[in-house]
Formats: sequence, structure tokens, C-alpha cells
Amino acid sequence: MASVTYKNVNKSFGDVHVIHDLNIEIADGEFLVFVGPSGCGKSTSLRMLAGLEEVTSGEIWIGERMVNNVAPKDRDVAMVFQSYALYPHMTVYDNMAFGLKLRRTPKNIIDERVREAARSLGIEQLLDRKPRQLSGGQRQRVAVGRAIVREPAVFLLDEPLSNLDAKLRVEARAFISSLHQRLETTFIYVTHDQVEAMTMGTRICVLNAGYLQQIDTPFNLYHNPRNVFVAGFIGSPSMNFFDAELKEQDGSLVVETKEFRFVIPENLAEPYKQHLGKKVVLGIRPEDIHDSQFLPSNITPAQIEATVDIIEQMGNEVILYLDANDTSFIARVDPRTRARVGADMPLVVNVDNLHLFDSETELSLAYEYKQELIARERGE
Amino acid sequence: MASSDISVSTPSRFALRRAISVVAFAFLVLFALLEAVPFVLTVANSFKCLPAVQDYPQSFIPVPPFGVECRTESGASRPAEETAGPLTFNPALEGYERVAEFNLPTWFRNSIIYAVAITVLRVMFDSLAGYALARIKFPGNRLVFFIILGTMMIPGVVLLIPRFIILKQLGMLGTYQGVIFSLAADAFGVFLMKQFFESIPEEIEEAAMVDGANRLTMFFRIVLPMATPALTALTIFSFQGTWNNYMDVLIIVGGQADLWNLPLGLAQLRGQFGQTLEWNIFLAGSVITTLPLAILFFVFQRYFVEGISYTGLKG
Repeated sequence: MASVTYKNVNKSFGDVHVIHDLNIEIADGEFLVFVGPSGCGKSTSLRMLAGLEEVTSGEIWIGERMVNNVAPKDRDVAMVFQSYALYPHMTVYDNMAFGLKLRRTPKNIIDERVREAARSLGIEQLLDRKPRQLSGGQRQRVAVGRAIVREPAVFLLDEPLSNLDAKLRVEARAFISSLHQRLETTFIYVTHDQVEAMTMGTRICVLNAGYLQQIDTPFNLYHNPRNVFVAGFIGSPSMNFFDAELKEQDGSLVVETKEFRFVIPENLAEPYKQHLGKKVVLGIRPEDIHDSQFLPSNITPAQIEATVDIIEQMGNEVILYLDANDTSFIARVDPRTRARVGADMPLVVNVDNLHLFDSETELSLAYEYKQELIARERGE
Repeated sequence: MASSDISVSTPSRFALRRAISVVAFAFLVLFALLEAVPFVLTVANSFKCLPAVQDYPQSFIPVPPFGVECRTESGASRPAEETAGPLTFNPALEGYERVAEFNLPTWFRNSIIYAVAITVLRVMFDSLAGYALARIKFPGNRLVFFIILGTMMIPGVVLLIPRFIILKQLGMLGTYQGVIFSLAADAFGVFLMKQFFESIPEEIEEAAMVDGANRLTMFFRIVLPMATPALTALTIFSFQGTWNNYMDVLIIVGGQADLWNLPLGLAQLRGQFGQTLEWNIFLAGSVITTLPLAILFFVFQRYFVEGISYTGLKG
């Protein structure tokens, strides 16, 4: 068990600068998820921690030790790879025992640990098989088992679920979460899948193009994204964005796009007042746009109208692709909706959950204010 | 109209296809026979008495009595008609008995020493060098590889004289080590191993590094066992190449008959008799030379053909 710290970490491959001044403190026992699109540097960050890539500048600490110049084998980390990277010529047992054998662990202890891990993973009956005789899900478990038996200070998982089918992935997600609770060790997990990130992480670190965008709990990331990138990346379908302007009308603050205009509720207006007259980006999540006939309670409604382009039935909800004044956006509405393709439809936006960003810096205009608000509401 | 066209053309097209496949098979059988004939005749003639070897047409079906005597009690050769018919012959062991009177065991032993030592060294050096070129980043990595590759483009004959001069200066001419060390690594093997190592996913090696392996442990316990198909191929090529190596051994050990290998010995068998080459002795020597290689190939061909599967990777 150990904490992990990235201090001003930079990484370049030749002339290409892929990680810029990464600063992260990961507490002992935390489940931190690196998430971001392809090429954002999330795997590289993890591989630097494992010692598989050198750090160009900056420091990486595991516990009380700076590990920049420590070989991977001496870092006390275990890693699960996307391809699982099992040793094809060894049995499952030998795959799991390999790391312990190299550390000259006594045979009886190896046997005990491998069998216990295999039992907890439900792969006891596979110990004599070779990797090629296993299914994808079984291989994944063996790869996790190989990491567990080592009892490392930090677990590193590099997209371990991306080769599994959808059903297995859901199971494996829950399994890894329960593993984290049971082992109480630091887990660092890389994924491009925001659902995995949201469901598993105690904190999520969003990266884009080598820059840390935001590091926070899943709740805060969703409700208070720091910038346009995070707002668009977290949540599915993604947040709708509109070019808008902040204006004043009858003593109230309004945000006006070429399609809509919304009055910002008084209790939320405070942080925006200083930006009056500015061009902003308005973000509305699809789940904050409702069919006017099926409104949830406790919202501050604002009427809009749009034409329905496409309807996607999901069973528990309906995704509407809408059009207003040649601007497309998406709504996630009640499954009982009577929306018809081509028809104009009255909709309601919950203006409590509007997100406003500076159109130049793309930073949230109310980030600090909302952080405090959330902390207060959640009694933190 | 259209339907009748189809009904007419279908059987004829079928017949045409059949005819083509018959002709194709006939060709294949013909060439297979052409390839097999020299081997059959080599083995058959090695078991004949000399007059029967020179008898035409060549007989190739052994029939009893086996182990006939090739000479009459007075010591004269028995004429061909007595030991061979138009297609059949009575096998005799004269060729093998006579070849055994030569220094065959020494040549055989030398062949084994050269082939085993050179193969072992090549497998070791070629795989280590191939691995270094495939995975370790060092300045000049590509240059070294291209130089090694470049030596493959030079005809082997061109290297004979420089090699001779170097070995002479080192005082290694006419010694076992002269043969063994000068052939202990080869560009082809390095190339083969490098290409194979590059096909092994790096993630497996990284997993081993995180698991606690250093470079050497990883090489010997993870990478090398996964390279079995390439190692098998390299073993077969090296063993076969060395076993049949005539030119290098001739240049390096020259006139020292006690260091000859089988190909040099065979040439000796041929040379000694000049015009009156005793074919049954020579062919018996050829069979003895070929046999170990044939056995080796049949034992290893399963591994040679069967590739290791990397199903340990993706799901």
C-alpha cells in the first residue's frame, strides 16, 4: 500500500511533447482513473509510473520513494495490460507464480497465494491450462490474478476491459471494484470509456492532448465540469453546446443564443454577473431537456420548441435528435414521449443545470462557486 | 434460350475442369518422381554389387535372397546377371563393408563435432544478437544490422580467402576451433531471429519486467521459449548447412585427414578410385552421410511446421 505522486512530470518522444506538467497526488488506497480520448497521454502516464517509459522531466513518487531511476521490477507495482500479455508457453499457474518465483518466495507460500487468488477469481479449475485454451474473460481474470498474487503497493490497470464483450465488461467492472474494496490497495486505472471511469473511480483524472483537464470525484466532474472539454467528454450522449451571450433583462441575467433565451435563476446568477455582455458557450446536458408532458419535479423550467429529426428508442429512455433554427442538439426524454419524426415539439429545459463557459478560454464561469455550492449541499 | 445455354455448358465446363485437374496431377506426379528417382537409385545402388550398379536398365526393387556375396570363391566379381534382373536385385552389403574400411568413424565423429558445436554456438549468438538488434535501443543499432545484412549479399566464395588468411594469422588453420569459431555466427541466423523477436508483442516482455524480471531473465525464460519455431528453423538450417559443408572445411583443415568431415571423406572415396569409381562404396558413403540429416529433419519437422500461437494475447 502506498500513495503515488506526480510532480511536474513531462514526457516527450523525440520532438513530440506528450505530457505537460502533470501534477497529481493519489492517496493510499484510492481508485484513480485516467480517462481521455486516444493519444491524450493516459497510458503514457501509467507506463511512466510502472517504469516502462522514462520520465523526461519531473518526479514520480511511490510512497516515500522517488522512483524515476528505479527499475520496473523494484517499484513494487503490478500491472494488468490491455492485451493481458500472458506468457503463452506457461500454464495459468506458472503465469501467476512467475513474479513470486523471481522474488524467490518459498514454494509453499507461492502455492498458497496462487491457489487463494485463483479461488477468489473463480479460475481454480484452469490452473493447468495454457492461455490459448482460455476464453477472453478467463484470460482477463488470469491477468488480474497474476497481479494480485504479488501483493503490490500499487495496482496499475491499462484498459483491462476493452477486449471483453459488453456483458462480460459489466461483470468485470463490478468485479474489479469489489477487488479494490477487498484489497484496499491503491488502484490506478486507464480507460477511454467514460462509463468505466464514472462507475469505478473514487476520483477521475481527465486528460486531453497531454494536459490535465480536471481531477475530481465522478459527481463533481459531471455536475461541475471545469471546461468545455470535460463537459463534453463526461456524460453520454454528450452535452449540447450553443454559442451565446450574457445579457441583462428586467433586472435578471439572461443567456441568449440565436435559438433560445433563458433567464438564469437568481440563486445561480452571482458568479455570472461580472461577465455581463460577454460571449459565452452555453452547455445543456441531454438529460436536462424534457418532454413538456413528462416533467420531473424540482426543476426550474424554461419552454423551448424544436423539430424532431431522429428518434432512438432505448427502452428505459428515448434519445431525440432535434433541430431548432438549423442548430442540432440532443435530448434524453421520458420513454412515454409521443414525439414523432418531423413534428414540432414543445420541450422544457431545466435552467438549474445550465453550464456556462468563457468562449475564449473555454473555462467554466462558475467553477469555484459551484464547487462550494456542491460541498455545502452534500454537507462536506 | 438462356436456360438451355446453361444446361449445355455446365457439363462441358465440368469435364474441362476435370481434365485440367487430371493433367495438373499428372504433372505433379511426374515431377515428384523425377525428384525421387536419384534418392531411390542412390539407396538401391548402395546395396548392389559393383557389376550390377553398372548394369542398365537400373534395377531398384530388392528381392530375396538378401546379403548375397559379390565375389565367387575364387575372388572374381559375380556378373551382373547373377545378382540383378531387369527390375529386381539381390541386396548385398559389399558397399557398406568396404566403406567401413575407410576412416568413416572419424569423419562421422568430426561431422558431428562440427555440426553440433556450430549449431549450438549459432543458436546462442544469433538469438542474442537478434534480440539486441530487435529490442535494445543503442546508437548505431540500425547501422550494425545493415552491415550484418550486407554480409549476406557477399558470395560465400569471396570470403574463403580472407577467412583463410585470418585463421592462418591466428594459428587456427587445421584445428577444430578454426572450423568451429569461423562459422559460429551467421548473418542469416541473426536476421531470422531479429525478425522473429520483433513479432513477439512487447507487452509480454513489459509484463515480465513489471513481474520482476531483468533483461537476461526475461530473455531466457520468456522470449526464448516463445521463439521455439525460429530456433527450430535455425537449428535445422545450421545443422544441415554445417553437415554438408565441404568448401569451408576443405579450406580450413585441408590435407589433415583426421579432421575431415563426411563430405570431405566422400570426395576422398571418389578421388581414390579415379576412373574406376566404385559406385557401390561411394553411394553407401552417401547414404551414411545423408541418413542422420534425414532423421533430424523428420524428428523436428513437426516443430518446424507448427507455429506457436499467440492466443495468450487478445481475447
